[in-house]
Amino acid sequence: MKYRLIDHTADFGVQVFGSDAKEVFSNAALAMFDLITKVGSLKGLNSMDVSISGEDWPDLMINWLRELLFLWNGKELLVKRADITILSENNLSAKVFFDPYDPDHHVIKIEVKAVTYHQIQVKSGPSGWEARVIFDV
Amino acid sequence: METKKIDEYRWEVPKTGAMRVPGIVYASESMLKDSDQKEPLKQVANVATLPGILKASLAMPDMHWGYGFPIGGVAAFDWESGIISPGGVGYDINCGVRLATTFLVEKDVRPKLKDLVHELFRDIPAGVGSKGSIKLSIKEEKKVLRMGSKWVVQQGMGEASDLEHTEDGGCMDNADPEVISQRALERGRNQLGTLGSGNHFLEIGVVEKIFAPEAARILGLFEGQVTLMLHSGSRGLGYQVCDDSLAFMAKHVKKLGFDLPDRQLACAMIQSPEGKRYYDAMACAANYAWANRQVLMHRSREVFSKVFGLGPRDLGMNLVYDVCHNIAKKEKHLVDGKKQTVCVHRKGATRSFPPGHEALGDKFQKIGQPVIIPGDMGTASYVLVGTHKAMEDTFGSTCHGAGRVLSRKAAKKASKGRSLHRELEDRGIFVKWTGRSTLAEEMPEAYKDISQVVNVVHGAGISKKVAKLRPIGVVKG
Repeated sequence: MKYRLIDHTADFGVQVFGSDAKEVFSNAALAMFDLITKVGSLKGLNSMDVSISGEDWPDLMINWLRELLFLWNGKELLVKRADITILSENNLSAKVFFDPYDPDHHVIKIEVKAVTYHQIQVKSGPSGWEARVIFDV
Repeated sequence: METKKIDEYRWEVPKTGAMRVPGIVYASESMLKDSDQKEPLKQVANVATLPGILKASLAMPDMHWGYGFPIGGVAAFDWESGIISPGGVGYDINCGVRLATTFLVEKDVRPKLKDLVHELFRDIPAGVGSKGSIKLSIKEEKKVLRMGSKWVVQQGMGEASDLEHTEDGGCMDNADPEVISQRALERGRNQLGTLGSGNHFLEIGVVEKIFAPEAARILGLFEGQVTLMLHSGSRGLGYQVCDDSLAFMAKHVKKLGFDLPDRQLACAMIQSPEGKRYYDAMACAANYAWANRQVLMHRSREVFSKVFGLGPRDLGMNLVYDVCHNIAKKEKHLVDGKKQTVCVHRKGATRSFPPGHEALGDKFQKIGQPVIIPGDMGTASYVLVGTHKAMEDTFGSTCHGAGRVLSRKAAKKASKGRSLHRELEDRGIFVKWTGRSTLAEEMPEAYKDISQVVNVVHGAGISKKVAKLRPIGVVKG
């Protein structure tokens, strides 16, 4: 399982899993865009490089998702996949594959307004990496 | 979390640990017991730990779990030694409601109700990613951010009286567009005059009951009258301002030397450059939201005129009042018998200023500030007025709406196999909506009973009931 939904009265959250840190960051991107649209129907023929920084793992996760969410909310791009190329606790670089939004072809499921710090968690355990992120919807 | 009963409508969260003041929650006994209040009560306690907080960390009866501050939270901080927090305002800065009257009564509207709802749905952009008919250049957008509703009225979309009937005249004068990010400006350029999604709506209602005849007369409300209520905010621009501010405050707060119980409570001292930067950016988003609601009302006026073939004079669509729900404001309040300048955070709470308050126009001097409280789409909404008791007890604040009780997922589950729009139609309410799951997520059962919420604030005296409205037509984003 790559992620599951968390029920929160006013919002939506996701619990994301990965065998390593790169995978948990990449799956978090997938989880967020799965909330927004049908990721399976995206082609992802376009790509761009994204680099961000953070104070620690949770901050890096928030900044990463925030950056990707702006691609949708600010530039109308829907992300299909993100390949994390470089990752440390303070820096992340990735190649992001996306489709420009086409209202005739893409379904928008919900409006994700923001990625919150609320109950943010990013940690590694014996069975791999796990993250929890709550979105304002 | 432990709560102690103060009186019929108030519960104390005693001061423990790092709390600087106690928490006070407005609720009836059954409301506090019925739903799961553990998380929002913890949030009330968390807010009480922030520097400069005065008297108490307050929560209104529509309290529910937010991020950082609870929704329904009110907290005032000393203007000189206190903090300001984007999490105490929320993402949708100046999300709010406005109510307009008409000269129409229900029997005029019923035969054309479906046409009216269809036309409103067609002419007013709603839903995820919707764009408005107004495209702003960056230069023009900055004028909107500085001037708020005034800019809209200057463009011919509204009357001077609309401004007099808007909180702060629809403009916070500290707005500084130069502190706003390019991203925020970009997101705001083509969303002016859009309703948005989720719980945002346009509602045609009927005045069902008048509780305070004199106040109702002054506000132009009478039984049987058709009204228009709209609920929207600062759209993507506001979310971006909040997000940008949280990002820089998350870093900044580490330098302040106190532990935050929750990162979402990131804040800055009001008097610091960081605090001022947020306050001035927030004011831009607040002004954008007022401008947005002014455009939405103007478009609605045009639709009503078209559908009923009436000119503005005969339609009589006059603004009762426009209130904001998510805001931080510089205000003067009595603290321990002394007048003090404070920064009141209202997150899912409404200002409730009393008769005679200097911030109110002549019309409201005798009755107090109108407070508009929307319920869910199947039940009722209320008009109340502000009181002196609110000034004494809640920094001039009251509730803002029904408050969710079911998560979106739980609401969808509860609505499975049901035809909600038919159920509503059977109750005389015609609904149009955009999103795939909006109707299910926003179903009446997903919210607290609005009458219970309003009875608490009325009973506690922090605002007084004037009129009850019931919905007959709804457009959901």
